[in-house]
Amino acid sequence: MYVLGIESSCDETAVALYHASKGLIAHTLYSQIATHAEYGGVVPELASRDHIRKLVPLIKTVLKEAELTAKDIEGIAYTAGPGLMGSLLVGAATAQSLAWTWQIPAIAVHHMEGHLLAPMLEDNPPTYPFVALLISGGHTMLIEVRAIGKYRLLGESLDDAAGEAFDKTAKMLGLEYPGGPKLAELARSGQNRFKFPRPMTDRPGLEFSFSGLKTFTMNALHATQQTEQDKADIAFAFQQAIAETLSIKCKRALQQTQLKTLVVAGGVSANQEIRQQLQQMATKEGADIRFPRPEFCTDNGAMIAYAGCQRLMAGQTQNLEIFARPRWPMEQLISL
Amino acid sequence: MKLLAVETSTDACSAALFIDGEIIEKFAVAPREHTKLILPMINQLMTDAQLKPQQLDAIGLSRGPGSFTGVRIAGGVVQGIAYGADLPVVPVSTLAAIAQDFFNRRSDAALSFTAMDARMNEIFWGVYQRNPLGLAELIGAEAVTPADEVIFPDRAGFGVGSGWGVYAEQLSQRLAERVLGIEVDVWPRAGCVAQLGAYGFANGLAVAVEQAMPVYLRDKVAKKQSER
Repeated sequence: MYVLGIESSCDETAVALYHASKGLIAHTLYSQIATHAEYGGVVPELASRDHIRKLVPLIKTVLKEAELTAKDIEGIAYTAGPGLMGSLLVGAATAQSLAWTWQIPAIAVHHMEGHLLAPMLEDNPPTYPFVALLISGGHTMLIEVRAIGKYRLLGESLDDAAGEAFDKTAKMLGLEYPGGPKLAELARSGQNRFKFPRPMTDRPGLEFSFSGLKTFTMNALHATQQTEQDKADIAFAFQQAIAETLSIKCKRALQQTQLKTLVVAGGVSANQEIRQQLQQMATKEGADIRFPRPEFCTDNGAMIAYAGCQRLMAGQTQNLEIFARPRWPMEQLISL
Repeated sequence: MKLLAVETSTDACSAALFIDGEIIEKFAVAPREHTKLILPMINQLMTDAQLKPQQLDAIGLSRGPGSFTGVRIAGGVVQGIAYGADLPVVPVSTLAAIAQDFFNRRSDAALSFTAMDARMNEIFWGVYQRNPLGLAELIGAEAVTPADEVIFPDRAGFGVGSGWGVYAEQLSQRLAERVLGIEVDVWPRAGCVAQLGAYGFANGLAVAVEQAMPVYLRDKVAKKQSER
């Protein structure tokens, strides 16, 4: 079964083709970073305008790359949420009408389910059950995954998402949007000079809170001459604080659920320091840890095609409603 | 000549089929329900007409102006079908569709000062005249401006569309005695998009799916960091 996957929930238009037994066939992506950089952040209306310009050309590209035609495609999966309403609607409307035209089933996919299943695209995929840490610009959550669609939220951020904290802190340090990866780059030349708090680790529980780190960064920054070295040292301390906090919470989640596999996904999981600290923690705990390849940490069509394929094979389909849910709790998903 | 038209740019939602001069339409005023209604409407029309998308000659797109999100729902739906069935698209102005509906019902009307509420104290507007075939034809260009900055030609016509409801005073003042009458509650309808689309198709106005884009008129939607 060949399934076309369409992702348009935020500022990336992505299309992929996945085959139930052959695996990932082709994938492509258009990033709008340059469009939004001049505005210092994602402008939802501009994102939607870009999606509708790019989507059909990207679908054509993927089919051409795969050397397949319309009649080969047996299902279309699209991101239905969570995300920006206008952006989601472009993907949903196009996907649903294309599926109707081709007389094949469509399936609405939860963006975060796509992320947590992304490691399944790798050669040696994790086995259920596992704990998933999803860290992106919009989410920070720990989830117990029993099977596809069987999710239990263990904890999430009470305020800023990890990626959001990275971007906001980067902005304070004078780094341009999107600042997260630039902050990580700056931290490489930083030294262990500041001690930042590890929020909410001094009490039990699996919730996160990262907004306090912004204030701490601001105060630390103002207490210095704000030289490049000062900024690098602060970036270092900030990144350490996030990485260690995530690591502590993941360790707790593994212990609490008594599971031995940790899956880490979402845009922030591309961060090398975070990967390293989580890796070390997992080794100590005797747990198996899995990351998607870096290009599938950030938004992509492959994870949507994969997740959609699993659901379509289980017989699930979407009716003719163009389904888009900007907010969509994962626990509302139907299991297979 | 067979053409499917899709219209979702306001609180109304509609689809229509033009089959060799005859038009059938599904229409509903249903705010925020477009995502639920539009594909079932299209499906019903096509099933009733016993047509497959591949048997059509083109798709008519109500390309805007209008609600940005609404215009993009039609845009996405039309692109999906047009790409899927390898069909060209005829983009039709939403303002033209409004003027057309008015002309279809008012045989005495020859000129429509068409205006839609564009929020943010502005209106989308365009002046349409009835051509010899009875079809709405644009005079000049469409624009988005504050109501008291519209530039209408020095001819008598009718005030048509939601813009005349919200900005009746400013528009009436500006046009003075040129206004022969006002009709506010005129929706853009897919039937009129189909009518204009079929004419456009015959006149070589169809474009490839990649060129079938929404027209927003309002192109400045956010301030760049350098402009703040």
